[in-house]
Parts: sequence; structure tokens; C-alpha cells
Amino acid sequence: MPRIGVFVCQCGNNIEGTVDTNKVSEDMKNLPGVVYSRNYKFMCSSPGQEMLKTAIKEHRLDGVIVSACSPHMHEKTFRKASEAAGLNPFRCEIANIREQCSWVHHDKTKKTGTVKSIDLTRMAVERLKRNKPLKKINIPVTKRALVIGGGIAGIQAALDIADGGRDVILVEKEPSIGGNMARLSETFPTMDCSQCILTPKMVEVELHEKIKLYAYSEVEKVDGYIGNFTVRIRKKAKYVNEDLCTGCGECIEKCPFKADSEFELGLNKRKVIYTPFPQSVPNIPVIDAPNCPKIQKDKCGACAVVCGPKAIDFKQTDTVVEEKVGAIIVATGYELMPNERFGEYGYGKFKDVISGMQFERLASSSGPTGGNILRPSDGKVPKTIVFIQCVGSRDEKKGVSYCSKVCCMYTAKHTMLYKHKVPDGQSYTFYMDIRSAGKRYEEFVRRAIEKDGAMYLRGRVSRVYERDGHVMVCGADTLSDSQVEIEADMVVLATAIVSRKGADILARKLGIGYDRYNFYNEYHPKLRPVETVTAGIYLAGACMGPMDIPESVSMGSAVAGKVLALFSAEEMAREPIVANVNERVCNACWDCVTACPYSAIEKFSVKDRQGEAVRTHAKVNEGVCQGCGVCVAACRSKAIDLAGYTDEQVFSAINAF
Amino acid sequence: MKIPYYPGCTLSTVAKGFDASARESAKVLGFEMEELKQWNCCGAAFPLTPDNLAGLAAPAKVLSNARRMGDSVVTLCSVCYNVLKRTNKVLRDDKEKRAVVLGFIEEDYDGGLSVVHFLEVLRDRIGFENVKKIAKRPLKGIKAGAYYGCMLLRPFEDMGIDRCEAPTIMEDFLSSLGAVPVDFPDRIECCGAHLSMGRTDVVEKLSGNVMRSAAEKGAELIVTSCPLCQHNLEKSQGAVFSKTPGYRTVPIVYFTQLLGLALGQDENELGFDKNLWDARPLLKERGV
Repeated sequence: MPRIGVFVCQCGNNIEGTVDTNKVSEDMKNLPGVVYSRNYKFMCSSPGQEMLKTAIKEHRLDGVIVSACSPHMHEKTFRKASEAAGLNPFRCEIANIREQCSWVHHDKTKKTGTVKSIDLTRMAVERLKRNKPLKKINIPVTKRALVIGGGIAGIQAALDIADGGRDVILVEKEPSIGGNMARLSETFPTMDCSQCILTPKMVEVELHEKIKLYAYSEVEKVDGYIGNFTVRIRKKAKYVNEDLCTGCGECIEKCPFKADSEFELGLNKRKVIYTPFPQSVPNIPVIDAPNCPKIQKDKCGACAVVCGPKAIDFKQTDTVVEEKVGAIIVATGYELMPNERFGEYGYGKFKDVISGMQFERLASSSGPTGGNILRPSDGKVPKTIVFIQCVGSRDEKKGVSYCSKVCCMYTAKHTMLYKHKVPDGQSYTFYMDIRSAGKRYEEFVRRAIEKDGAMYLRGRVSRVYERDGHVMVCGADTLSDSQVEIEADMVVLATAIVSRKGADILARKLGIGYDRYNFYNEYHPKLRPVETVTAGIYLAGACMGPMDIPESVSMGSAVAGKVLALFSAEEMAREPIVANVNERVCNACWDCVTACPYSAIEKFSVKDRQGEAVRTHAKVNEGVCQGCGVCVAACRSKAIDLAGYTDEQVFSAINAF
Repeated sequence: MKIPYYPGCTLSTVAKGFDASARESAKVLGFEMEELKQWNCCGAAFPLTPDNLAGLAAPAKVLSNARRMGDSVVTLCSVCYNVLKRTNKVLRDDKEKRAVVLGFIEEDYDGGLSVVHFLEVLRDRIGFENVKKIAKRPLKGIKAGAYYGCMLLRPFEDMGIDRCEAPTIMEDFLSSLGAVPVDFPDRIECCGAHLSMGRTDVVEKLSGNVMRSAAEKGAELIVTSCPLCQHNLEKSQGAVFSKTPGYRTVPIVYFTQLLGLALGQDENELGFDKNLWDARPLLKERGV
């Protein structure tokens, strides 16, 4: 016969106001198996907890019920107290008689509340009788982290983890780390040069003994679970032997062929053997195979001829390496929406209509024009520039419904940069609203307008067309209620920030959630902003949604804190609320495998002595299982049960109602 | 191939050439436009208030008639196309409105019709490549400005015939006939539409912009798919001509008139004589 103790909390007047707790506790005494029952003003207070501990010892209780607030509030408190008194913590259950009873019933005679509280407590007692003592699951932890994406968020996360003394593997798909930030000219609101503040961090990554960098590589496959991931990384063929290359750049100089520079966004050419920009990390060139005549037609080979250390290897192929890590940080960043989608602005049709990112390159001292603002069509200095904000952002029908967050700020920055470089020029900005929330952001925009004379027009642009070497911009100025036509020399589009192409594919490889725009979902948008629902996988930067540099860096550091905490113990303990498969009943239909949102269920084969598979059944990986119970519902043969929430427990609670 | 055909009022009155040239061209291209046995005016404007269901009654009647003859209906006039297609969408997607409208006109219609424009038939069923092959009298590089106006393209989520801000369907069509399409900025601007009833000054301004913008880019001919646009452009060109020194008037024709010509029909049967500015001298001059 079980020996159960029941403790009914009054919660001051929170519960006692509509529930006669004394009656509830007296009533419980009649239940078979309940050997002790009482009520108290505040069970969560120290005397309340002491009372619970003393009762467990004095009455040799083997299970306790606390009828009180939601288990979200104090389940942990009471389980800890029970454990301290020698009880298995999972032999302590909470009956929620506050949020689900006293707070929703207003019967001051206490009749309704009391009856319902008795029911709820009785159900919990019946359920508790079938609670098995559970043990926390301990999982070993591989103390190395994988960071996917070498933009500013990924760099920050990698550096912070490495500085914390843990190994980091940084995977970047481009030939160099740096991401989009490396393209920017100056940064708002301080106007410091982007590359000047970024490149020291890039160099730090390169020199850090705890960081292993895989540039020009992509994550191909991820297996395992928190603390124990196995990752396959595809190192794309660079056709340059990294161990031999000294980064002297002779090959780049002698290469006679050119192709459009990805880094310069089509504003300039680069050689076919190239590094994206002079401060690339690693400083090892790659050959653009589709454009290389040597690789395509076995003609040329000039780079191999001039290479002193003989590092050029035209026969190189992709290689796949496998790494074991304990945590994964996804920091894959963002792209810009294709501007061609907005025919009214003539992007792609008129050379002098460019994107904001292209303007960054024009304004950058390391860019194709050496920092001079020259328009792409004829290289002249534009005397009038029109900036169009919200191209695709906040446009449910043709673009995306969200605000891209950084465009108001970078457009203000662009108008300032333009004014500083072309003092006799005039800029016009078409905007919907100016969103400049952030430290010193509003002051920055006001400076652009008031000090640097940027002309801001509230309204949309209807059409852009060319006339006599000018780009004509027709739009509305809704503040003066008039139509305007501006004879501009150049137009800059503040294009919407969108997720990386293929972001959804990576999400499925990792088993993490993403929204309708393929931005990755955080576990909780407020309280767990850098974790995903899959334990051990974290997020940082603009792969979660548009964000600026300070925010990306903060997230990178936040993630590092999470990962270092995970790596602080040899093993990590986790709640034992996981699914269990009864192998004898499982008929291997694999519905559970399909249903599991965490890829926690594997197909397991039982082998005989010869190693032949004799039968198969589902098996739950306790490290990955989140205890959601979807597989339990999906299982047709009722072979799966959730520890702590078994069918037996649930049905007996229902029967007690 | 027979396709149920809704001509609409203007095509049986002032734009007869539009109608005749399309019917004849269809025959050459291997399909027949089968005129609805019974039809009425489409209403000529899609009601802009969402609860004005009375405005849907006339087009709903047209649609239910067409449904008895097939699963698609083809139109030529941009306004008819716009009204029918949008009404069809309402009847298909909104059960409540469908019940009210159909109850009122005492008809039965399931919303299953697809409303297509003649240009869509050419592009999607015949193929411009094939039109090019069949055209035995190419237009010899005449510079033609395709004027879309509003009704053919907008609202884009309802019409979906092409990208509303950067359409190419008419240019592709003109290329297949051997003409050289001229890109001009006002090709998708409004002509003034029904304001020609009372505010001719507005129409004169808007249509005038279109004509000047096309002339600046060197168009020798304007091509439309809308009798209202055609009317407004023609009416305004006179004013533009008298006010703009050096302006040369150009013919404003329906796209099917050029199609019929290229497919070998007699130019005197294509209704060029009904246009205010006759295209035939230009064609003759260019040896078409």
C-alpha cells in the first residue's frame, strides 16, 4: 500500500479565497493510500518546505502531492525538497488548484472551487500511485563547438568560445570569412570604417589556436544529439594546396582571365584565381573552376607556372571531413531580395539603379571606385541621388510583410556619406516611416536631415525611367500632398533583407524550425532567444531575422555563454521525461519516425550471433528526445509510452475524476 | 479547338475591326472563337466597394452563360477581361457572395470557368514561336509601342497575366510578328479611362503623356488591347499634335489588327479605316 502525503496550499488568499483548503485536505484523508494530509498558508515558504520534508521522514511517505499553483511555478521547489528528504523527485506531483481553479472561479461560498480542487487533487493522487521513480539522464559532452557561418555573428561566437578555452570549428562557404559586414563602407551610428573594426577580429580567428577554420566549405550532414554531434563537412575544391600556399598573390597577378566579382556585387571584375578581398582570411586563393580555361579546356595554367611553392593543383577534388562536436551554432546570415522583382524601379534594366549594398561598395575606400561615388553607367559623379526605402519590406503583396530593420539607418548613413564625398550633391529619400529605434540612432537620422541636408520625402515611388542620361523618379510626397518627379543621376534601392538561399535545407539537416520566410525560429522569442527547440543547436545573427551589427554581435556572445555553460561539466544531466519503446509490441511501421519533430527515433535492428538482422524496432535516443509525446499519439500498436506521463498514469487520473 | 468567346459591347459597335481581325486570325491559327449564344454588357467596371454585389450581377450572368459552353472563356477587351476575371474570382472564392449574386440573377454557376485573354491564348496555347512560324507577312521592323494601360495587368494578384510593373507579353507578341517593340516609360500608365465622360482635361493630360512618351522613344505605331484606351489615346493625340511643335501623329491600333495583317489577311478588312489615324500608309511605306 502506498504511503502518500497531501499538502494543500492556501497561497495567502489566492487559493483560500474561493477554496476551502481545510476541507480539501480533510477529504483526502479518506482516500486509500493517503496517510497524511494537511493545509498551510504558503507551502513554497521555507517553513512550508520544511514541513514537507519533516512529514516525509516522520510518516515514511513514499510520495507527495502539493495542491498549489501551476507546476511551472514551484514544481522544481517541491521536487528538490522531496529529494532532500530522501524521496525520488518524480514521486512528487503538483495538483494545480490556483491557475486552473481558484483564479478562474469566483464563487465566494467556496463551493465550486472546493469541489473542483478535491477532484484535481484526487486525480493527482491516483496518478502518483503509478509514478515510477525516474532518474535524470546523464549524457557525455564533447567539448568542441561547430559554428556555421563566418560573418560577424559567427566570428564573435567562435572567438568567445575559443577564449573560454574550448575548441571551435568554424565553417564558412565563401573563400573568406567576414560575411556581409566586410562589404560595408562605414557603420552607423558611429561612422567607423567597417573593415577597420572587422578585420582585427578576422585575424584573431585565423591566429587563435583553439579555432579550426574550414573556409570554402559547407556542412553536408549532421547526426547525433546535444553533446554528441557528428558533422560531415564538404571542403570544396580550391585547386590550391592550403598547406603549400604562402598567400603571396603571384598567381592572382599573372592570371589572364577575369569574371564578375561576387564580393563587389557585379560592380567590378576579379581574376579567375582569386581571394574575395585583400584582407581575406584565410589568405589562400581559390580557382573559379567554371571560368578557368585550364580546368575546362586544359588551356593556360599560368598560375601553376608562377607559383613558387607549387601549390596549384588542378586535379584537386572536393573532400569530406567528419568532425565530432558537442554544440552547433548556426550563424548563416542574410541576403538581399532580388531587386528584379520590382520592375517599377528598373533594377537590372538601368545601370544607374543600384542596391544599397552596391552603394556600400561604391562608398568603400577599398571598393571598385576607391571610395569615390561614381555612377556605374558612365563613371560620372552623380549630382542628384534618390534613395528608395522599403523596396520589398513591409510589402505583403509583392515582397515580405516584415520590416528589414536596418534600411532606415543605412540609408541615412548613405545620404551622409554621399554629402561628405559630393558636397554639391543633393540626395532625396523616399520613405514610409523612419524607424530609428536604438541608442543614438534617432540623433543620427536627424543629423543626416538637419546637418547634411538630406531631403526626406514621405511617400512611395511609382516609376523609374531613363531620359537623356538621367534616371527619372516619379513618386508621391504625401506630406505636401503632391506628385513629384526628380531628375536623378542615380537611384539606390534599400532592398529587403531575406534569408539565405537554401536556409530551409540547412534547417532540415539540423532539425531546427524556420518561419514562412525561412528565418530560423528561436526557442522562445523573449526568454530563450539564442536557443532552438533542438537541444545543443543555437542561433546567432541575421539568420533569425533582420538585425544590425550590434545585435548580431550580442547574439554571438550570448550563444558563446550558453555553449560554455554546456561545456562546463563532464556530463550533462537532463530531465528523464522521454519516450520509451516497448520493443516486443513495436511492429516497425515507423510512423513514430515520421512524426518525431526532433529526429530522435531511429530504426534499430536486433541482430543474431551471425550479425544478421532478425527483427527491427523503433528506438528512442534519450539525448535528443524532448518528451513532446507526438510519437505516443502516432503509435498504432501502443508500443510507446512517455516516462512520467504513461498511459497508465493518465488513464488512472481520468478514472479518478 | 473551340473556345467560348465573349466579345463585349464595344467590339460589336465601335471596335468592330478588333473583333473581326481576332476571329479571322484565330481561324488561321487553328482555333475557333465561338461567340456566347447569349450575352450582355459586363458592366464595364468592377465594383470597388466590396459590398456592392449588384455590380457583380451582370458579369456573373455572362460567366454562367459561358460555363454552359465550356470551361474557359476568351475576351479581347481589357476592361471586359478585368471585370470578368475579378468577378469570377469572387464567385469562386467567396461562397456567401456567390449565393447572393446567383440567387439574384437566378442562375447556377460553380466558379469553375477560367477567364483568359486572347493574348494568353496566343502565348500559352498557340505559342508565340508558332505565331512567328505561321506569320507569312512579317511587319518588317516597324517600331511599335505596346501600350498596356491598367486593366490588363492590375490588380496583379487577381489578373496574373504578366508582371504588372514589367510586363513583356505584348512585346513578345510584337516581336513574333516581326515588329520591333519600343520600350517607353508610360506604357503601363493610366489613359484616363472613364474620365473621358466628364473630365476630358484629365484624359487629355494622361493620354497625352502616353503619346509623347512613346513618340520620344521613336514609336511609329501604338498597339493596345483596350477599346477605351484606344479611344482616349486617339482623342488626345489631336490635342497633343496641336500643342506640341514637331509632333508627328501615329496610328493607334489593336494588336489583333497587326496579327491579322501578319497572318495574311486583306488589310482593307481589318478595320484600319475605322481608326482615326490610318495605319495603312505607314504599312505601305514600309513595304508590309
